[in-house]
Amino acid sequence: MDFLNVWWVYLIVGIIFLYVLAQSTVFLLKARKRALELNFTKEQIRKTITSSMIFSIAPSMAILFGLVILTKVFGPMVAGLRLGTLGALTYELPAATNVIKGVFGLDIGSLAITPEMIVTALWVMTLGCIPPLLIVPLFLKKISSRFDQIKEKDETWKNIMMDALFLGMISAFVGYVVAPVTDELTGDTYISILAILVLVTSALFIIIFGILMKKFKQDWLKNYALPLSMIASMGLALVYALLGVR
Amino acid sequence: MKRTYQDQIHFEGRIWMLGALLLFVSLPLFISIFSGVWPSFKNFFPGFIATAVIFWPVTTIEVFTFTPMLGSGSSYLAFVTGNLTSLKVPAALNAQDALGVEKGTDEGDVLATIAVASSSIATTLIIILGIILIIPLAPILESDVLKPAFDNVIPALFGAIGVVYITKRFKVAIVPIIFMLIFFLVVPGSGGLVGIMVPVGVVISLVVARVLYKKGLIK
Repeated sequence: MDFLNVWWVYLIVGIIFLYVLAQSTVFLLKARKRALELNFTKEQIRKTITSSMIFSIAPSMAILFGLVILTKVFGPMVAGLRLGTLGALTYELPAATNVIKGVFGLDIGSLAITPEMIVTALWVMTLGCIPPLLIVPLFLKKISSRFDQIKEKDETWKNIMMDALFLGMISAFVGYVVAPVTDELTGDTYISILAILVLVTSALFIIIFGILMKKFKQDWLKNYALPLSMIASMGLALVYALLGVR
Repeated sequence: MKRTYQDQIHFEGRIWMLGALLLFVSLPLFISIFSGVWPSFKNFFPGFIATAVIFWPVTTIEVFTFTPMLGSGSSYLAFVTGNLTSLKVPAALNAQDALGVEKGTDEGDVLATIAVASSSIATTLIIILGIILIIPLAPILESDVLKPAFDNVIPALFGAIGVVYITKRFKVAIVPIIFMLIFFLVVPGSGGLVGIMVPVGVVISLVVARVLYKKGLIK
């Protein structure tokens, strides 16, 4: 990967990161202006920004874990860019594996990986998850107007439909937690009691925070209940693991 | 004539997104041009087919699944910055719920955009920091002691979000949850299929919700 450790790769990656930060900032400022027009207070907006940033810390740490894995193939600059934009580790790692292992028969992190293998994997990763970048600009306006028609037709159904959309996503991830996992070292396949415990712990924490908000008027928790529940349950995952739960 | 906020978002969002498309493709393109290393067709093609056959349909369906949840402004941003299920959608959801704003409204859309933009900035900065500090960070992130925490971000996230929505719409939730629990328990290697199962879950919950609504069992 040394051939990627050159100034012009740093420059291209730097430009792309700046572009993403610029787009985020422009959208944030435009949405803030619009939010003020819609009578949100500056305090509400500030809390939304702060809580969204705090919420992002724990999942971002998991992305850094992926960064360490992909750095072994692409170096930190390209790996960071791939994980911080467009896709996610759940796309990037299988796509890279399809090339490095599937085509060339090597493991991620192997010292025998050549520049041609890396470039091939990078092209596959780039073109392998490109559809949203074409579909969103071309069709989002149409999708939105179709959705608006449904909303205008029946307000009650709109609210139920929005909850049902989220529940569909939630159900898939709740199910995913009980999926058997395979230990890479021993080859053992087992259902992760640890993952189930973390799921239940996180649920319990947010219930407790909900009670604190309702009974004890701790309104400040509204914005922070989710990130606090996540961080607390991830912290307890370490304790459960130390107690031998896996 | 002055554009409305939504029209302006669509106009600018398209420009930003097409710019991002060009930049993302420019990375492998410039690497190939400057280094002189190009993939051979016989190596690229099988790797690309193996990837695209799964991820083209999945990412296409994701657009239709997540854009109604996110709204217009945050969709143009979230599909550029990625990490939708673990970051952007929950961030939007958290922001809307914290202020008790209805989803699918102008207010909900604007709050989702603020949340997704803030989340994108935080994540990008953390990743940039991670790149700079990769050498001292790697042993910490790979340590056996911390691994259980990083391995369980998804259960930690969906335990908290899940209980709120499941209790709110229990009648709608029960069928997709049971279906998914059985699916992931029974189907071998199902852990790698979660991306594909999200739209399946969405379709099931929408059908269940519609039936219950038509029968007057939910409101």
